[in-house]
Formats: sequence, C-alpha cells, structure tokens
Amino acid sequence: MTMPFYVAPEQVMKDRAEYAQKGIARGRSLIASTFSDGILIVAENPSRSLHKISEIYDRIAFAGVGKYNEFDQLRVAGIRHADTKGYAYSREDVDARSLANLYAQYLGQVFTHEMKPMEVEILVAELGIESSGDQLYHIAYEGTIMDEERFTVLGGDAEPIIERMESSWSRDHRLEEAISEMVAALAGPRKTIAPNELEVAALARNGTRRAFRRIGEAELQRILGTS
Amino acid sequence: MAPNLPLFSPPEDPGPSFIRLLEQMGYTGFKYDLQSLAPPSTHSSQDLSSIQPLRHGTTIVAVRCEGGVVMAGDRRATEGYSIANRTMEKVFPADSHSGVAIAGTAGPAIEMVKLFQTQLEHYEKVEGATLSLEGKANQLAMMVRGHLPMAMQGLVVIPLFAGYDLRRNMGRIFTYDVTGGHYEESDFHATGSGGRDARTAIKLGYRDHMSADEAISLVIEALYQAADEDSATGGPDMVRGIYPTVAVITERGFERVADDRVAQSFQELIAAKHQGGQLP
Repeated sequence: MTMPFYVAPEQVMKDRAEYAQKGIARGRSLIASTFSDGILIVAENPSRSLHKISEIYDRIAFAGVGKYNEFDQLRVAGIRHADTKGYAYSREDVDARSLANLYAQYLGQVFTHEMKPMEVEILVAELGIESSGDQLYHIAYEGTIMDEERFTVLGGDAEPIIERMESSWSRDHRLEEAISEMVAALAGPRKTIAPNELEVAALARNGTRRAFRRIGEAELQRILGTS
Repeated sequence: MAPNLPLFSPPEDPGPSFIRLLEQMGYTGFKYDLQSLAPPSTHSSQDLSSIQPLRHGTTIVAVRCEGGVVMAGDRRATEGYSIANRTMEKVFPADSHSGVAIAGTAGPAIEMVKLFQTQLEHYEKVEGATLSLEGKANQLAMMVRGHLPMAMQGLVVIPLFAGYDLRRNMGRIFTYDVTGGHYEESDFHATGSGGRDARTAIKLGYRDHMSADEAISLVIEALYQAADEDSATGGPDMVRGIYPTVAVITERGFERVADDRVAQSFQELIAAKHQGGQLP
C-alpha cells in the first residue's frame, strides 16, 4: 500500500496563492479613485463588450480583474443580492459593506476549501451622500478585504501604479483632471493608452437615482486630447 | 434574506429574470397564496372585494405625439364609495424610456409596478443591455397573466404601458386585459373607470403629429371630462393644489411634467370654456 504524500498546509496555501497571483498578473490593472464629485474607475480593456466595470445598484459599482468568467459570476451574484435586498426591504438598505463582506467570505471559502482558488481581485465602490461617505472595498483572491478612502489599484502590477497615483492624487480633482491623472498612472512614463483601449465609468453625485455612468470613447478622446 | 452570495448551479440559474430569481431564493411574499386567503370550499367563488372595500385607482390615459408619448392619470383612490386617497400616483417610470400607469385594485397594482421596474433594471444590469420596448411590454403581460387568479377573485389590475422606442424612433402604447393579452394601440388609449369618457374626449381632439404640448393639453382635457362624468375620477383640486400626474416620454427619456405647468393648463382650459360660453 502506498501512503499519500504529506504536504504541509503552509505549502498548500502558498501554492494556491501563487497560482491565483499568477492568474491575476496576466491581466491588466485597474484603478478606482475618489474625485470631487464621486468615484471614478479606469481600466485598461481593449474589449468593447466584455466589461470589467459595471453597475450593481443605485450608488454601488463593481470592478474586477483576473479571469473574466470568474469575476463576472461574482458581478451577477452581487446584482442579485442587491436587487433582492432592495426589493424585500428598501432601496436605502442596500449597502456596499455587506456585499463586500459576502464577497470576502465567499472568496475565503473557495480559497481554503476548493481545489482551485479564484483568480480574481475585485472592487466594490459605494458613492456616499457627501464625499466623506465614499467607500472603496478592495477584495483579494483569498478574501482579504481592504477599505480605502482615496484610491486603490487592482491587478498584478500594482506597486508602480500606486506610486504614481500617490504623487498626483487629490480629492479636489475634477472629472477631466482625475481621468487624465488615472490614465497616466495606469500607462506609466513609457507608454500611452489610446481611448479605445480604456474602460472608464463614474459614480457621480449628480442628483439622479442611478449614479453609475459609463464614459464613452468620444468623451474620453475629448478629455485626453487625442483623436 | 439569504446570508450567502446568491450563486446558482447552471440548471438552477435564473438568468436575467428577477421573478425567477425570487422564486429560486425562496421568496414568496411577492405572490398571493390563494389557498391561505380563504378556505378551499369557498375560495373559488369568493369575491375578495366583497369582504371589505378595496382601494381602487381609476383613470389613466396615453396619447402618442410627435417624437414620443404623453401619459397621465388622475390622483384619486376610492374604497367603495369613499375617497381613500387624494394624492395617489398612478403613472410611474418603468425605466429611463418607458412608463407604466395603473388602474384597478391599488395594492397589487403598485406591487406589480415595483416588480416590473425591478425586473427591467435587473435585466439591464445583468445583461448589460436594455430590453426592446416590445420585450418590456411582454414582461408586463406575463405579470398581468400571472395575476389572473386574483383578478378572478375581484382584484383586477389593468396597466397601460407606453414608451419611446429607441430602435424605431417613435412613441408606442400597449394596452392589456386581465388575461395578460396585450395589444398595441396606434395613437391613444384610456382605461379605468373614467376611461370611456376620457377616450371620447381624446378621440374628438386627436390629430396626427401633435406636438407634446398639444398632447399635454389634450390629456388634461380628457381627464377633466372623465372627472366630470365619473365619481371615482378626481378632477383638478385647485383648493389643495393637487393636479393629475402627467409625464412625457421622448428620446430624452421619461420626464414628469411640473405641477405648475399642469395647473396652468387647467386654468387655460377652464378660461377657454368660459369664454366660449360652455359650462366649465
């Protein structure tokens, strides 16, 4: 009779983390940041139809990097959670914090109990009534949840992007300034990203019930001064 | 409320349907359970409205105009012979480019609107695309059909659906009957207890290619006539400053017409009637 090989739990976790990180690092990064009127999310995404950023509820947006089918499944689950909660209670009772916690629990569960961890990093953003209420929840593949108030970067190559954002970020930036700054931080000094390779969306305090708005290619061209 | 993330295995996945999602998640509150309402021996013949007067909403209208459609509804709700509410809303945005108005038993009607609005938004978010106007009309038809057992018990709900079709660039109106049958109207429709009177008024004043402003004046005249003939339809309440709900749906989307504008329109109507020597 052969004995199964003993693998230390530390090793198992390390292998899984490495596997997930590799998967996430293959994709391109994404930045979410607060600005004067709300929250902006900018992603490098050449696809017009496979979105990385989407609307969850009136004041809540979702973004994901890594494996598309995996974060898209989480996106749909988030919409279902929010819509049923808003339907059963009230629209005001739907909040990002409880959704972020559910995501964190689920990702943690999958990471420790399933064969394969999810190769995703996700963001749940909530627009506050005042700018001080804006929330960014960054959830990693193993369920770690981080609560940011200024900006957060998702994806494999985060460190240099964070550094660039640190040097230019300001809460007083207007929409145009904030987009330019975020695109520059995403691209880095040696590269430029064309408007048709970007996906940009905002949660803006403009008085409408559904605060989520996509910023299309034409508007991006105008803002970034390219044509 | 399920404490877990709502994830489903492929055969159970509700897709973009919010109603199927509610069923999968075990919600039952959005449907009436007929068995629990009355003992089995009587429930099939029981008219629920005979137990106690139920709240009813009344006259709603829609008129097509150049570049869109105008919808309106009076504000009165009745319970038997008494007035239950003077400020009830019967015209609601269904989504950005369509509206739904309701006549019939108020409770289930308002619930149906809420479910319909949620369904359209849910579909849009899950699929990343809006339904066609006809697709929306169909969704509402299914809800009315699902309500048929309750309609048989006396809880009738008749919606009116209208919107701006972004693919055909025109306003369209859909009407319903209790069985969930839905029919596209070419130019205008009115339903509810004062619907007949309102329809006659519209028929007399309707012309092709009316502007939105002309259509607003016409629906106001129609509601005025309906309120004049039908006790369950509320007229303009100048003492309290309560006026019918009027909305215009065009390429720009669903827009509520301001109360001041509606009030002014009523004043013009009444002044014109005085001047013409007609009874106001």
